This record gives sequence, C-alpha cells and structure tokens, in this order.
Amino acid sequence: MTKFALSPDREKHVEEILSRYPNRQAACIPVLHLCQEQNGWISDEVVEWVAARLDLSAAHVKGVVTFYTLFNKEPVGKHQVWVCRTLSCALRGADDILHHCEKRLGIHVGQTTKDGKVTLRTAECLASCGTAPMIQVDKDYYENLTTAEVDRILDRLIK
Amino acid sequence: MLRQTTYLTKRYGVPEGWTLPVYERDGGYQQAKRALSMPREALVDEMKAANIRGRGGAGFPMGVKWSFMPWPPKPEKPHYLVINADEGEPGTFKDRTIMELDPHAVVEGCIIGCFGIGAHAAYIYVRDELHLSKARLWGAIKEARAKGYLGAKPFGIDYPVEVYVHTGAGAYICGEETSLLNSLEGKRGEPRLKPPFPAQSGAFGMPTTVNNLETIAAVPVALAMGGDAFSKLSDLHDQKDGGCRLYGVSGHVNTPGVFEACVGLTLRELIYDLGGGVKGGELLGVIPGGSSCPILRPDEVVNAPDAKSPLHRWHGKNVLDVPMGVETYRALGTMLGTCCAIVLNKNTDIVLAMHNLMRFYRHESCGQCTPCREGSAWLFRILDRMVQGEATMEELDRLHEIADNIMGNTICAFGEGTAMPALGFLRKYRKEFEEHVRTKGKSGTGRLAL
Repeated sequence: MTKFALSPDREKHVEEILSRYPNRQAACIPVLHLCQEQNGWISDEVVEWVAARLDLSAAHVKGVVTFYTLFNKEPVGKHQVWVCRTLSCALRGADDILHHCEKRLGIHVGQTTKDGKVTLRTAECLASCGTAPMIQVDKDYYENLTTAEVDRILDRLIK
Repeated sequence: MLRQTTYLTKRYGVPEGWTLPVYERDGGYQQAKRALSMPREALVDEMKAANIRGRGGAGFPMGVKWSFMPWPPKPEKPHYLVINADEGEPGTFKDRTIMELDPHAVVEGCIIGCFGIGAHAAYIYVRDELHLSKARLWGAIKEARAKGYLGAKPFGIDYPVEVYVHTGAGAYICGEETSLLNSLEGKRGEPRLKPPFPAQSGAFGMPTTVNNLETIAAVPVALAMGGDAFSKLSDLHDQKDGGCRLYGVSGHVNTPGVFEACVGLTLRELIYDLGGGVKGGELLGVIPGGSSCPILRPDEVVNAPDAKSPLHRWHGKNVLDVPMGVETYRALGTMLGTCCAIVLNKNTDIVLAMHNLMRFYRHESCGQCTPCREGSAWLFRILDRMVQGEATMEELDRLHEIADNIMGNTICAFGEGTAMPALGFLRKYRKEFEEHVRTKGKSGTGRLAL
C-alpha cells in the first residue's frame, strides 16, 4: 500500500483552509478536493491521510466521500467530460450530444477511453439551462453546443 | 406587468464588470459603509420594508428572517451568515450570472448582512462545478480585503467581517439549508430535523441566517433606494412581495436567458416578450420556477371567486396572465420557486419530460428518509417501464399513491419537491398518460428535443 501525502504547496493551502473555520472538520470537503486534484481519485490511502490530518475517523471521511458525486471512488481518465442531461438541456438536444460523445469516444457513459484520457459521464443540472445544451470538461463549461463543436472539443482532448 | 430594470444587472456585459474599480464607479460599497454606521434595528427595519422574498425558492421575507436572530449576540455564541449558492434546481441558472458578472454585489451584501444579523463571518456555499463563479467571488473578496472593506476594521469601523467561499462536491440536496449547513461542517449533506431552526442552532451549532445568493446581492440596491421605494418597484407590493428580481427562461423558447424585471411579471411576458416566444410550435406547458414547481397548462383559468384570495383580482383570467408572486403562485397550486421557467412545446413527450425529472430526483435523494429514497426510485422505475411501453393502467394509478405517500413524511422539503411536480404532471396530463399506456408509448412523440 503506497502512502499518500499532499505536496508541500497543497499542504500550505490546507493551513489556509483551516484558518477559515472554527473547527477542523469543516475543512474536510475542501481538503478532499485538494487531494483529488493531486491523486485523481479518493483512494483508501487518501481517506486515511485526510482523517489523520483533520483528526477525524476514517469512517467519517469515507462517509463524506461516498455521499458526494464529484469525489471519484475509483481511478478515472485524465479528463472528465460531463454531459448535462436534465430537462432544460434535454429539451434542446442533450440526448443527441450524449450519443454523439459516445460514438466519437467509442465508449459508453461511465467508461474511460482505452488510453486513459477521457472519462464520459452524465451530470444532473449544471445551472446552465439558458445556454443548453452544454457539457463540462474538467473545470470549463461549453455552452450552446452543436455536435460539430463537440467534435472540436473532444478532438483536443484525445489527440 | 413587464417593466425591465437594470439594478441587479447593471454591470452585466460591462468589460471587467466584476472588478472593484467598475463596482466602485457605480457607487459600490457605499451602502456597506453606511450600514455599518446605522443602528442595527434601523437596518433590519429597512430590509423588512423592502419586502425581499427569498429568491432561492421558499420566498420567506428576508428582513423577517434577519430579525429572528437572537439579540444581542452572546460572545460564546458567534453568529454566522451563510449564503446559499448551491444553484442546481433544474431550470435555474440565475445566481451563477451574479457570481460571474457582479461578485462585488454579493460581497457588499454579505458585509451588510453580517452587520444586520450580528455575525462577523459569512460563508458563501457554491456548488463545486461553478469554477468561474468561485474564482470571481474569491477575486472580489481579495480586492475588497486589499482595500480594507473586509477584515478587522471595514471602512475603519470597528466591526470585523470576513467572507469565505466554501464548496460542495456535487449534491443537489445541499441546496436545502440544513443539509448545506452539514456540508459546510464537513459532513454528509443530510438534512437536519427542524426545530431547532438555523437562527437558534445553525452552522457549527451557532445562530445562523441562511440567505440565497440573489437575495443578498439585492441588499445593497434595496438599501441605496430605501426599503419602501425598493418594494414599490413591484406590482405585488400590497402582498409584501417587493422589488425587482432575476427571471430565467429555458427550454423551447427562441431567446432563453436571464432577465431582470420588477416583481409581478407574468409568465406570458416571460415566455413571449423576454423569451422571444415558444420555439417549434404551440405551448404545451410551463414549469414556472424550477423543476419542483408543479407544471401549468396554457389553458388553465384562475378560479378565485373569494375576495380574500390573493388571486381574486385575476379571477377568470388565464394563468399565464397572473403576476408571478410568492402568494399568487401558492394560491395557483404551484410555486414561484426561483422564477426560472422551463417551457415545453406541443411536440414534447410529456411522459419523457416527467421521466427525465424523476430520474433527477431519484439520483439526488439523499437516502435518509425511506419514503423519499424508495418512493423516488419507484416513481422512476414505473416511468421507465412506461417509456418502454410496458406499464399498465394500474401502475399509472400507483404513481399517484407513491407520490402521496412521500408527501409530509420526510425530514426536509425534498419529498414534497419530488411528489408535488409528479402529481402536477399526472393530474394535468392524465389524458396523455392514459393514452401513452394504452398505446404502449406510440401516442407520444418519443422526443424531448426540438
């Protein structure tokens, strides 16, 4: 089992995060985000590390990790492509966008391309209803999409 | 009546509109400075007079909420202001525009809010996906702190205020205020039983006010104008529903987007004047304020013969011509919600629309209460069978029964937020649902998209 530890830069950030709250537990979600940024997913080693760093039980941290959609419980691709499929997007063609992504990437929702570059996922409402259909790629929103634009976005990720 | 305003959206589209110099050019932070020198009671009274009804969906009067905080604050029980920016109600996309385009209004609102409720710290809870919103808010906080508007002595006045951005990790339920508080405290985002209400025991067990992000962003504007004058912008001032607000419209309209107008806009104006009309055919229905608000049909007529009803003035008129207000919409049997409407045209398969939303609720139920966890999954499974053409009439009736059994049997309002729109679809489009079951799905268009 490889031990996990945050890089010195991120460790400094933990101190700043702790200064915002009256107790250490409140830093749990922000610190998990930092860990995922470094590690790509939340492994049991990460859970142990966060628990020790914040004086929490591993069971508490694991409970938090499993509650929230954005914490990856297993390794994922280098890039995350989220296709919003909730009603406002669906009314403007989200299903077509999703099928197009599946075809282009040669994978189904929930899968990662063989080269490990892209994981395709569906999202529930991303608060971008007025500019539907839309997808989120890592931290960026792409809105008012057509399948041609989706091609351009995906091509940049897989080349 | 449609009266577009630019109090909240003045800096939308202005180059660098999210930066401090632009905000200050428009008189930014003058109201925070003024508020910190006001007697607390006068500030809260001003906010009560503004009749700002919570913009997050519940529509509670903001000033009244502030006045619920224990007073005076005890040193061992610090107060907190928590801003709900976990925007994720399907169809709702207004708070995001404020965070991205006018974050300083939020920070200034937080300073005023902290003073109004006796807090020295505000946490803005932003859903994690909104990376640009978070960056813009942090940027605004940094700028304000550098100028001495935040910190130990804002504007040189001895009233310390700090504002922080806190992020979730993908959970719609964290928009429910007690769930949000648990999430802020580093826990699973499961709602808490009320009472105690947040004003007694909120964040970290301390007295807390939770306000929606648009609500707090409207505070500097309302204070500058004066509470009463702000309230009177509205057509529904007499129903204590004041000011101007953001409206959104999405789905099958020609020009979807966010618009600012006085309270009292009608759905017809939102869809046809601001939204540019229905795209791809006639109107089938409209979900008025986020997916938890029961759908309205364009052929519904107001039935309010009782003179005491908030709807009486519109008795006999079409529902699309009723001003969108907290009381008027409650009386219509739906909710105002977030004022962000989803428009469906005649080609929409209504069974698929309900299926889509019930999939959302099944995914987002936190799982704490059995009626909601199981009920939302049962609703979805039956609808899934219906979409496949396999459901029976008996199952159609069972949808009613399941929804009825969720209502009132859960810790938080998510249960009602699932059951009410479900019943809305079933009651108002009963004929379409029956037809769908009878024809094994062949009566519908099988499509949601245009």
